[in-house]
Amino acid sequence: MTRLTGGLIDRSRSLGFTFDGRSLTGHPGDTLASALLANGVRLMGRSFKYHRPRGPVGAGSEEPNALVELRSGARQEPNTRATVAELYDGLEAHSQNRIGSLRFDLLAVNDLMSPFFAAGFYYKTFMWPRAFWEKLYEPAIRRAAGLGSLSMQPDPDAYDKGFLHCDLLVIGGGASGLAAALTAARAGARVILADEDFRLGGRLLAETHPLDDAPATDWIARTEAELAALPNLRILRRTTVFGAFDHGIYGAVERIADHLPDPGRQVRQTLWRITARRAVLAAGAIERHIPFQNNDRPGIMLAGAMRAYANRWAVSPAQRVAIFTNNDDGHRTALDLAAKGVQIAAVIDPREGVRAQGDYPVIAGVVGNAKGRLGLTKIEVATRNGSRWIDCGALGVSGGWNPNVHLASHHRGRPVWDEGLQAFLPPKDGPKGLICAGAVTGQGSTGAALRSGAQAAIATLADLGITAHAPDLPRAEDAAQNLHPLWHVPGKGRAWVDFQNDVTVKDIKLAHQENMRPVEHLKRWTTLGMATDQGKTANVTALAVMSELTGKPIPETGTTIFRPPYSGVSLSVLGGGDTGAHFRPRRLTPTHASATAQGAVFTEAGPWMRAQYFPRSGETHWRETVNREVLATRKGVGICDVTTLGKIDVQGADADEFLNRVYANAMASLKVGMVRYGLMLREDGTAWDDGTCARLAETHYVVTTTTANAGPVYRHMEFARQCLWPELDVHLISTTDAWAQIAVAGPNARRLLERIVDGFDLSNAAFPFMACASLTICGGLRARLFRISFSGELAYEVAVPARYGHALMARLIEKGADLGVTPYGTEALGVMRIEKGHAAGNELNGQTTAQMLGLGRMVSTKKDSIGAVMSRREGLAAERRLLVGLQPVDVGDPVVAGAHLFTEGAPQGTDTDQGWITSACHSPHLGHAIGLGFLENGAARMGEVIVAANPLAGQSVRMRVVSPHFIDPDGGRLRD
Amino acid sequence: MLIPHPLLGLRDAQEFTYLGDAALLDRPDPADADAFADYVYLRDNPAGVHRELWFHEQGDRSWLVVTRDTVTHEILGAELARDVKLKGGAA
Repeated sequence: MTRLTGGLIDRSRSLGFTFDGRSLTGHPGDTLASALLANGVRLMGRSFKYHRPRGPVGAGSEEPNALVELRSGARQEPNTRATVAELYDGLEAHSQNRIGSLRFDLLAVNDLMSPFFAAGFYYKTFMWPRAFWEKLYEPAIRRAAGLGSLSMQPDPDAYDKGFLHCDLLVIGGGASGLAAALTAARAGARVILADEDFRLGGRLLAETHPLDDAPATDWIARTEAELAALPNLRILRRTTVFGAFDHGIYGAVERIADHLPDPGRQVRQTLWRITARRAVLAAGAIERHIPFQNNDRPGIMLAGAMRAYANRWAVSPAQRVAIFTNNDDGHRTALDLAAKGVQIAAVIDPREGVRAQGDYPVIAGVVGNAKGRLGLTKIEVATRNGSRWIDCGALGVSGGWNPNVHLASHHRGRPVWDEGLQAFLPPKDGPKGLICAGAVTGQGSTGAALRSGAQAAIATLADLGITAHAPDLPRAEDAAQNLHPLWHVPGKGRAWVDFQNDVTVKDIKLAHQENMRPVEHLKRWTTLGMATDQGKTANVTALAVMSELTGKPIPETGTTIFRPPYSGVSLSVLGGGDTGAHFRPRRLTPTHASATAQGAVFTEAGPWMRAQYFPRSGETHWRETVNREVLATRKGVGICDVTTLGKIDVQGADADEFLNRVYANAMASLKVGMVRYGLMLREDGTAWDDGTCARLAETHYVVTTTTANAGPVYRHMEFARQCLWPELDVHLISTTDAWAQIAVAGPNARRLLERIVDGFDLSNAAFPFMACASLTICGGLRARLFRISFSGELAYEVAVPARYGHALMARLIEKGADLGVTPYGTEALGVMRIEKGHAAGNELNGQTTAQMLGLGRMVSTKKDSIGAVMSRREGLAAERRLLVGLQPVDVGDPVVAGAHLFTEGAPQGTDTDQGWITSACHSPHLGHAIGLGFLENGAARMGEVIVAANPLAGQSVRMRVVSPHFIDPDGGRLRD
Repeated sequence: MLIPHPLLGLRDAQEFTYLGDAALLDRPDPADADAFADYVYLRDNPAGVHRELWFHEQGDRSWLVVTRDTVTHEILGAELARDVKLKGGAA
């Protein structure tokens, strides 16, 4: 096939591309589809279920058939519509959904077996045996049915997200959209004009009728030039507005570099979040098909698409074409193609008294069948006088136009049927602030579209107090379509309604027969409209067919609900730049650089990177390192950054009363200069979070939270302050980031600290266990000191302004060298707290109560606090599981967290379950594994031997129930 | 969604953390255990106008009572939760 004359392609340059390895050429301005047609390629893909050979049906984003894989390697992109893929030099495309070649697809055997594959086949057939679902049926079905394949490699390109604001967003750059944008921009409104095409003009680019006696492209060029010169208007080309969200927010994807061989330094796509005070939807209309037997032959396409290929891209799918139409618009295709020298075999039109509008034969009748498996060769035309076959290489079909109401019904509004136009129009209760213009409202003629766009802009800007005036619009055609409804051609064989998902008129009949009549059932039973094109060319036709079958009018049959996105949006662009290391913020502790210098291995703790352990040369296993860190701390002194624990500063005259209500235990009675352990419950009575509460002054407390709950506890305390007790004089601020905090633990902790404090008396009498103070260290640096211990040793936590954290760590290491000061990480921290029997996240998992933690008495009955009332519920009060220590009877045995506990000799099942192990570690102090767990009636079972079962690993270990305090049970070390 | 913050004007909903029914303002008397069970576990879930709590976590840390139509997502108003509570609560 050679090119026709004219068109909006740049013939001075040629672009080389390949399709299934075949080298072809096209021109700038081409899409992949137009370039393939220009090279005589009508067959571009295979259908989803029956693997029928397929060519393009449309010329735009609604395309159901011509799906290809673009590019190769990591950039391989499946299910790309050839009709919107802009041609570039070196473009590489492959057909998909085939085994073998595109022309000889082995899975085309599915087509011969189609009687077995009717609607509902999968639901009825692949039900039993159940064991086959995942292992046999699903892989087989997925192999046979499906579209393109993924490269399985990381996307090499960059994507971005951006935010835009405007008075008016104009969606669609065709006649009505350009008129709306021009009107609004001249009035001074901030306007964004978005169009999915790479060239503004919309349908005007595909038509030949003049504007003001000149080609439409002249007016488009003038308008575009004026718009480009206006500072208050931004044009987004290659941008699909894919969704209308709440409160005037629209989602759009700008394809910045999809038309380039390689994005180079640019991002490939940008996800725009556009906040628009008002919007005009000027998205045009999508032509509909008329199903007849074998209407899916390659070469059969929408008449408007055929006209677009001829006028815009100067290509016809064949030298001799026919048109099948039920309206005047189809005749325009015949006129335009004839004018370009394409032979018109016939225009087949079922309307009474139909006449040719030019020099071409007209047949009053319908098309009933088509031949040409890999490309159309002839059509069967049925008239009152019988039927006959006519040779043609392509057929344009027009069943009328469906207003593209998609975005107008993203907010539940259902499209409204218009009997006169035989089409669904936008709902009255569409997105607030969005009005429709042009063909979306059924105003399909060029003149009407231009006027409608200008009027829409004037009307909607008036709401904003902006006065706009209609521009001088060009004179344009105003022809009516004179449509006579014809929804399908009755007959034998299969007539396709939904091309991409292979849904035929027969399938709809079957759905009707099986009582799957409501549109929601029809859709799910037949998979109508559920393919990647979401049934843009199919849904209305299917409704009309169902309406015929039920005898009910179309509006009573139902409408489909449209949801975002309008067309496919890549996950890459939805992710924007937030992938890999940028997926979420990464927070570093103030001593991160120091830990790095010490060779620390880091672990993620929420968003934080914390030092996990500090391996030294010669250590061959992480546990060797952890054992060393634990023993060095227990025998000398260890230091650990604990900055990540949440810190909340609480101040005010009522701070004590406030904390009394927030913590289960009493806080008001805490003396100034002292610290108390604090337990927080949820209002349902479950234990939630714990920490320490230090009273620095009468009206000033500092409380800590677990690392994981730093944010939620702060939110909760603000809730309590603002929503429950706003009458209390108390203020909160999170100071987690403001203070670096370092734990100094071990028998030498006091000796080490004495070397850095500025004359502060650290003696046991002056600064006892659970004391706190504000002081200065290192010669004037303000600091806070807390004598608290998570490890069970004599321990302190010292806090300094965050920017001094690194220096403090360095000073402690320097001053403690002769004391053997040892930095330890979260692993050693965990081992020591298990040895000491302190609860942590594993125990405070949102399912445990204060009683289970052995802290039941802490829930004060003398005051109200959050969760106190519900913690006394019968069911929770009767809870007898208790936190216990567990150690293997045979000290060589492992202890596994998650193992369940059973009475020795008892059967092992959920009904005999006695509890579970929450935390486990190797205790260097004891020289064997230990664990913590919740055990039924644990208080009475000390010394009993029970069984810890881990059926996943086939383990069953005998364990002795012991106190959870494996070291220093009476706390002498803490108070030393 | 955009939330009209009474102090800061229109703010993007992404700056907020959602909690739910503003009835959580009306914490019952601790002597009434039955009322507590309802308070903790029972929520209205209306299709229509709903008063609900939003926390301006990425902003000024105000808790707001937002009145929203759950069907259309139209926001009919927003108040500082402390003002609502001081005026007598959500009920």
